[in-house]
Amino acid sequence: MSKAVGIEIVGVNLSYGSTHVLKNVDLAVRPGEFFAFLGPSGCGKTTLLRLIAGFAQAQTGQVLLDGQDVAPLPPWKRDVGMVFQSYALWPHMTVAKNVAFGLEERRLPRAEINRRVAQALDLVGLADYAGRRPAQLSGGQQQRVAVARTIAIEPKVLLLDEPLSNLDARMRVSVRRELRALQQRLGLTTIFVTHDQEEANTICDRIAVMDAGIIRQVGTPMELYENPANLFVASFLGSANILDGHATGDAFEVVGGMRLPLPRGVVAPTGAKLVFRPQHASLTSSVASPLHGPVTHREFLGATVRYAIRVGDSEILVDAPFQSVGELRDVGDPVGVDLPPQRALYLAA
Amino acid sequence: MALAGTRSAGQATLALAIALFLGVFLVVPVATVIYVAFTEKGGGALTLINFLDFARTDLFVRSFWNSVYVSAMTVVWASALALPLAYLTTRFEFRGAMLVQTLGFLPLVMPPFVGAVAMQLLFGRNGSVNLLLDGWFDFKIGFMEGLNGVIFLQAIHYFPFILVNLSAALRNIDRAMEEAAQNLGSHGLRLFRRIALPLALPGYIAGASLVFVKVFDDVATPLLLNVKEMLAPQAYLRITSIGIDDPMGYVISVVLIGVAVATMWASAQVLKGKDYATTQRGGGGLARRKLKPRESVLAYAVVILILALVLAPHVGLLLLSFATVWSFSPLPDGYTLAHYARVLDDSSVYIKNTLLYSSLAAAIDVAIGGAIAYLVLRTRLPGRQWLDWAASTALAVPGVVLGIGYLRAFYGVKLPDGTPLAALWIVIVLAIAIRRLPYALRAAYAALQQISVSLEEAAENLGATKARTVRRIVVPLMTGGLLAGFVTSFATAAVELSAVLMLVQSNFDAPLAYGLYVLMQTPAGRGAGAALGVIAVIIVAVCMGVAQLAADRSQRARGLDI
Repeated sequence: MSKAVGIEIVGVNLSYGSTHVLKNVDLAVRPGEFFAFLGPSGCGKTTLLRLIAGFAQAQTGQVLLDGQDVAPLPPWKRDVGMVFQSYALWPHMTVAKNVAFGLEERRLPRAEINRRVAQALDLVGLADYAGRRPAQLSGGQQQRVAVARTIAIEPKVLLLDEPLSNLDARMRVSVRRELRALQQRLGLTTIFVTHDQEEANTICDRIAVMDAGIIRQVGTPMELYENPANLFVASFLGSANILDGHATGDAFEVVGGMRLPLPRGVVAPTGAKLVFRPQHASLTSSVASPLHGPVTHREFLGATVRYAIRVGDSEILVDAPFQSVGELRDVGDPVGVDLPPQRALYLAA
Repeated sequence: MALAGTRSAGQATLALAIALFLGVFLVVPVATVIYVAFTEKGGGALTLINFLDFARTDLFVRSFWNSVYVSAMTVVWASALALPLAYLTTRFEFRGAMLVQTLGFLPLVMPPFVGAVAMQLLFGRNGSVNLLLDGWFDFKIGFMEGLNGVIFLQAIHYFPFILVNLSAALRNIDRAMEEAAQNLGSHGLRLFRRIALPLALPGYIAGASLVFVKVFDDVATPLLLNVKEMLAPQAYLRITSIGIDDPMGYVISVVLIGVAVATMWASAQVLKGKDYATTQRGGGGLARRKLKPRESVLAYAVVILILALVLAPHVGLLLLSFATVWSFSPLPDGYTLAHYARVLDDSSVYIKNTLLYSSLAAAIDVAIGGAIAYLVLRTRLPGRQWLDWAASTALAVPGVVLGIGYLRAFYGVKLPDGTPLAALWIVIVLAIAIRRLPYALRAAYAALQQISVSLEEAAENLGATKARTVRRIVVPLMTGGLLAGFVTSFATAAVELSAVLMLVQSNFDAPLAYGLYVLMQTPAGRGAGAALGVIAVIIVAVCMGVAQLAADRSQRARGLDI
């Protein structure tokens, strides 16, 4: 395998008619990295992927593969392997023919083609299925054929467009592990497009969170979860309580008049809101806490119990470990919410 | 349970009535033809002797192979015309695309026999094109020599069947299918050949087999071009010149049916397991590429050339209808309105008959087609599928065969005053209705399939009986689709000739297509024949426009309502 290649996106703007799909996108994917584009549908993540593959044209900016601008290259000259969401296996060809296609287009000698087809199918564990038609395979097998077809041409980078979305829940978990293992073995720079944060968190080295054509934050899954840079990332990754308010001197005043002292050195930016995760707060019986109110709702989740507490006009979620039925709070009980100051985040949009 | 009993009793009565109609006017005539072909002449014994005679007669064997050759070559040439157009319109941003798509309606507007004589004048040995070629470059092209003429005429008339099917198939290919190929290094024509074309093969085969069968069954076009040694014309000539008792006409009919069935069976075999549509998710096709200036010029040249060919019969017909004398010259010597005056004077009975026959036939088709669609899609009546199959077999029965069947089956049936049933004009209507029934049936299926069953269940839930639900919910919602089916049946019935040719007993009962055929036989009648042809084209074109409008409107109404 040739050496892994980095991808750089520099100042990219892309519009379809009056719709501005990608806005000033800058991004660097490191060689050999398993990288995710994560965001809700319509955020531009697939468009960005298609831009790299050459299926979309940017109005401004550059896409650099291994430092080289690929703008003048049509899709068929980019050597960028893409696995399509629908897999796009050609139904009129056998599995082997599908995998051989890209090699035939490169006019490789027949013996070389046969060797590499066998190797690619071996790699995804489908050596026995070479003669089958795609329609005779299960969804997971089809997905592996699509991957084999792409890696057979030994692309510079591998692009995966929601490759797990057509699989059932159980398959997804095993296939994503296989994908990760395969990527590690090949050392291939890989971009994975998904709207599912669990998929991105479990297999990717780093994630770019996208929203409305903008990259909102780039980081490792844990960095993004622990230190979201803005309200979008905080609310998109996991559950978060978000309370309106404003900074007054050394405290943050939540709407409703309750004041939380700001720890030394913490500054709430303008327009900031208070953000914290349900599992970082705890419930107390004393209503001396700045955040307090009655329990309005209770959900038993197994290991934890999720309480909803009405605080002013807002509702706060707090996860408490489940100990015993006797220790449960009832709907209507007045409670206080205890929040360690270092767990409180003050984020703007 | 009592309610369910009466309900299915009503449905059963309806189904039996339709079965009876199809039995008497489709199954019996066709069965008669087959039976006669397999029985000894004069006697009643079953025999294969007639088929042996057929195989031993050089004329028939030659005619058979001529028909095969003409049909196959028509498919080849029609494909050669359709392929570049389909590729251009589905894969490139191309202004001419709309123009090309409207070509799709032309063969419905005018069947090939109508323009046959006009095409002789344009492309014949001494036609306009060859006169010009001879004058300028000293050579002629035998466009219209013998079988070539039939192939030429049929190909430019029928290539849109391939074009429409192929373009639709190309458009329905999931764009990821082609993007994946590009991603792996393929592009341009090579990509088209390796990915798009194989995936569009079902559409191509559907169009090509239809063209093959239509050309094989056509009686009038070869006859008007004076080509007699083809199978369908032989069937007609045999019955009309030797008589209704001669078994050869029946043997040829069985061969025609056999070829139609075999073609459809073969295309079904080829397509088996290739129904790619179900394995493809999103439609849309590949993003269309802009043509470079030089490519653009080439593309327009191709489109304009093909368009000129397609319009040639229409232009020729129009010229002929206004021409005083047109012979051995590129254009007519002078122009006149006399032919139209003559047609409207003498031949208005043809037009009147056509309007009457076609509207009756179309009404019968819509009523029966709608009823069969309802019985098949909405009831659990045992055997309902048979109605559909029976009605659809009409597709495999050439018009000339149906005509012969009617003659044989109904000539012996006499009315109280002694006239044979087969001589009544209503028999012509019934033959046309049977011929067009499959089209109306498809339209009715399409219309009914778009109506969610829950709309009917809601009506029943609110207390409407089955019959009232059909009247108040189903029929109003199907109106647009049924209307489109009516107009399509009407328009194509207006130019139906091959069955009519067998059944017309007197000019007084003849429809327009027949009058046109008779007039076109003589040089003196050509002008009037062409005028009649232009009138037919106008009637049909107006109808197609109305059908399109009706279909569009009902689509839109549904969009608003639901």
